[in-house]
Amino acid sequence: MQTQTLFGTDSDINVLMNKRKKIGLIWQVVFLFAITLAILFLLLLLLSVIDSTFGYVALRNEVEPSSLIEGKTLIKEFSRTELENAAKANLSSGILRRVESEKPLAQRSYHDLVSLLEQYVIKPKVLKTWGLWDSLTQTRTIEAYSLSENGSYLTFKSWINPQFFLADQSADPLHAGIRTALLGSLWIILITFLFAFPIGVGAAIYLQEYAHDNRINRLLQLNIFNLSAVPSIIYGLLGLAVFVRAMQSFTSGSMFSALTDSTANGRTILSGGLTLGLLVLPIIIINTQEALKAIPASLRMSSYGIGATQWQTIWYQVLPACGERILTGTILALSRALGETAPLVVIGASTFISVDPTGIFSKFTTLPIQIYQWSARPQGAYRNLAGAAIIALLILLMVMNSLAIYTRDKLSKKKRLEL
Amino acid sequence: MHERPIHPFGKRKRIHERIIETTLFLFAMLSILITVGIAFILIRESYLFFSDPAVRLLDFLTAKKWQPMIGLFGIRPLLNATLTTSIIAMAVGMPIGLFVAIYLSEYATDRSRGILKPTFEVLAGIPTIVYGYFALTFMTPLLRTIFGKANVEIYNTASAGLVIGILVLPMIATMAEDAISAVPKDLRLASYALGGTKIETTFKVVIPAALSGLSATFLLALSRAIGETMIVALAAGAGPKLTANPFEAAETITGYIVRISGGDVSYNSIDYNSIFALGLILFIITFTLNLTSRKISSLFHQEYD
Amino acid sequence: MNTSNLAEALGLGFERTALPQQQKTTIALKNVNISYGTFLAVKDVSLDIYERQVTAFIGPSGCGKSTVLRSINRMNDMIRGASIEGEVLFNGHDLYAKDVDPVLIRRKIGMVFQKPNPFPKSIFENIAWGARINGFKGDYDELVETSLRSAALWEEVKDKLKQNALRLSGGQQQRLCIARTIAVQPEVILMDEPASALDPIATGKIEELIQELKASYTIIIVTHNMGQASRVSDHTAFFMVDKQRTGFLQEYAPTEQLFLNPGHKRTEEYISGKFG
Repeated sequence: MQTQTLFGTDSDINVLMNKRKKIGLIWQVVFLFAITLAILFLLLLLLSVIDSTFGYVALRNEVEPSSLIEGKTLIKEFSRTELENAAKANLSSGILRRVESEKPLAQRSYHDLVSLLEQYVIKPKVLKTWGLWDSLTQTRTIEAYSLSENGSYLTFKSWINPQFFLADQSADPLHAGIRTALLGSLWIILITFLFAFPIGVGAAIYLQEYAHDNRINRLLQLNIFNLSAVPSIIYGLLGLAVFVRAMQSFTSGSMFSALTDSTANGRTILSGGLTLGLLVLPIIIINTQEALKAIPASLRMSSYGIGATQWQTIWYQVLPACGERILTGTILALSRALGETAPLVVIGASTFISVDPTGIFSKFTTLPIQIYQWSARPQGAYRNLAGAAIIALLILLMVMNSLAIYTRDKLSKKKRLEL
Repeated sequence: MHERPIHPFGKRKRIHERIIETTLFLFAMLSILITVGIAFILIRESYLFFSDPAVRLLDFLTAKKWQPMIGLFGIRPLLNATLTTSIIAMAVGMPIGLFVAIYLSEYATDRSRGILKPTFEVLAGIPTIVYGYFALTFMTPLLRTIFGKANVEIYNTASAGLVIGILVLPMIATMAEDAISAVPKDLRLASYALGGTKIETTFKVVIPAALSGLSATFLLALSRAIGETMIVALAAGAGPKLTANPFEAAETITGYIVRISGGDVSYNSIDYNSIFALGLILFIITFTLNLTSRKISSLFHQEYD
Repeated sequence: MNTSNLAEALGLGFERTALPQQQKTTIALKNVNISYGTFLAVKDVSLDIYERQVTAFIGPSGCGKSTVLRSINRMNDMIRGASIEGEVLFNGHDLYAKDVDPVLIRRKIGMVFQKPNPFPKSIFENIAWGARINGFKGDYDELVETSLRSAALWEEVKDKLKQNALRLSGGQQQRLCIARTIAVQPEVILMDEPASALDPIATGKIEELIQELKASYTIIIVTHNMGQASRVSDHTAFFMVDKQRTGFLQEYAPTEQLFLNPGHKRTEEYISGKFG
């Protein structure tokens, strides 16, 4: 046919085919490159955190152990009695009195005495810290630095350690910990859950099971979707204006005359929990709706068929059928709330508190906020602390996600067995 | 006995059913209350802000300096920094996310998809504060090493923008992959049957068919980038500055809000009101993007359902 | 039963031109076995497809007729685990030889699917696209018009070429898909139940179209509608399935002969509707 030649000769076709194939191969390389980049980002993220968390620290003592007891350069070389005597001899009278009244020196453990002496007498100060990578590759430079600084010595520190979880906020990086922040986070998540779970699941049940498909309800759906995409800082502003300021008597506890100290204001755990509750509410609603949607109509039909009411159907048939998916989604939503920083900063988390939260009317700080504060400070040691706190946060999130997966698997396995 | 017999199928008054339904309805209405609350609060406090004699609306939108101390309230430096970080973020996140999505949807084997998808879910679950830390401790030094310490300030919008791009990457990849997978297999088969290669099918048939879903992804990711706070708070800088140079420090809208509210601010000061006015602008921008995204996405579903 | 009575009873119509004396074989299958993983879907199929004639594949569901069809333009490659033994020859060339590019094959051997699947583009673009990626150098407007005319769709859409193809009716969409296939100038057109998703009127139009198309193209059509097979095809291949659910070729003959004088008892049973 005449038009046959419009596609070119056989060699034309071959040339074109080769070109088309080459283009395909090039793009495949590009796609693989993109995937590699994405994975690389994740690795770099984790590695930079790990890098900060371990490394050498150059310390200098204000008072050398050797000046307390001759011949012993390290405090760990002291015997227990030597420690006790050194403490009695060198602690200032005020501190000694306070320490004795909390727990007499004679009854304190070895570790306790060591840390006492370190904190009040020896007082090591951080001169410089290094990350893991530097510590492994630049040992000579590090040693040179230590030699150049009079009286300094090196120690390899893991900034994340059991002490880290138990210590409270402290101005001294060596003794700082996340206990207060961790407790604050947990308290807040509790309030968030108590507020958002019933309301969220309830709203979802209404929208999915009761509501007719009319304009109002479609508007509600759209509204919930929009709320889930609002930047978290806006929720902070909302919480600030409503919970902290307008509802101050409620959230500070003054309404219930539960004032814990004289500077009561609305910047409490209750406000923080309610604010985050508003933030995760749309997420819980959407997730629950999806879970309810997945239950086939036939289940409901068979329940109505034997004369059950709507609520009976929902409570005894539908909810049990999708319960684990609702629970899993809620746990995941809460783990998202756990990592939220901006709304709580806007609400007014305390910048420095040394007292653990005791109830919902307490002032608070949270783990992400602690990370924020430490990250923002230029001194090197705080960077290490931030890294350690991030690892703590990630561990906490991993625990929560595992809990979600475990719940889902355990409950669905139970259902399968019951069949 | 002239009592009317109770009809066996008569409607029973089930009061507790009605109570339950009403309670659940109120719960659902709470969501409207939240939206109304947000709008109300933002508008009211903004009104206080704009009614202050030191503030003029026109200047607010167009003036180039934001210095509350001396009564200058021009939003442009803050808006400019927000746009800079967001554009950099999308320039990084969108292409990479799209390519990842194409790979996952069209090229990956089931096994590799089984490894890669959870990886991205992990990335998506990392809190933004960790990204902020990453921006400050890794990205900024990296940029300073590459471009020279003299050219890149310690706080800069480029670093924040790049990391925001990494932040939205998993979100883009997931949503884009959904959109691409939703394109019916039929279309791909038709393309192959005409002698199309795989890449031609992907770019000339599948991607155009998924375009509305991809647009919705883009808008939603952009909205996320604009609303991002902690990364810019840590890495972009404090203090509004109008500059076109992403290697300089500049404060975004969100960074400003978090800095002011994190400090000591009295309730009736103009500073307090200003963060709500800025919040209102932020809300309007992201709300518009989200709404548009949703509209486009529902058009997409209409085509293929 | 009297064969002509059988024909009348089944409502089969025979209005076809006589078969040409010299028949050239375009596609030859020799001892083809196709497996999906470990499952043997089709065994030992051998038949010749003649140039510019319509060949129908009929048989009960699961007998592998679509599988065999797909093996001819190597669309089975898309199915994971699919493997083939035996030879599929196109004008004497083995389509499964090592250096053969499936992409090029599909230009020469086109396919129309059961459910119309036009691209979500304009009518014009649907037709032009296939030609464009294959390096067509001629006039696109002319190509589009010629293809649409050949598919008996030109008059209906000539004023709305820029309109989205999805707005056409099902029957029109299917003719558009045929036009699209024609535009890349294949030699063979494979049709996998092309009218089963269409209403009777649209089906009739497609059947008319097939009769016109066979002047220029070799056509193989899979159909479960025996009336259609008898109306439309010159040769019919009847596939059956054995106890292991493997398909095989039971009988292959000129259509008139297969329907009026089937060689196998099974063929007769299938045709008279005893099973399906």
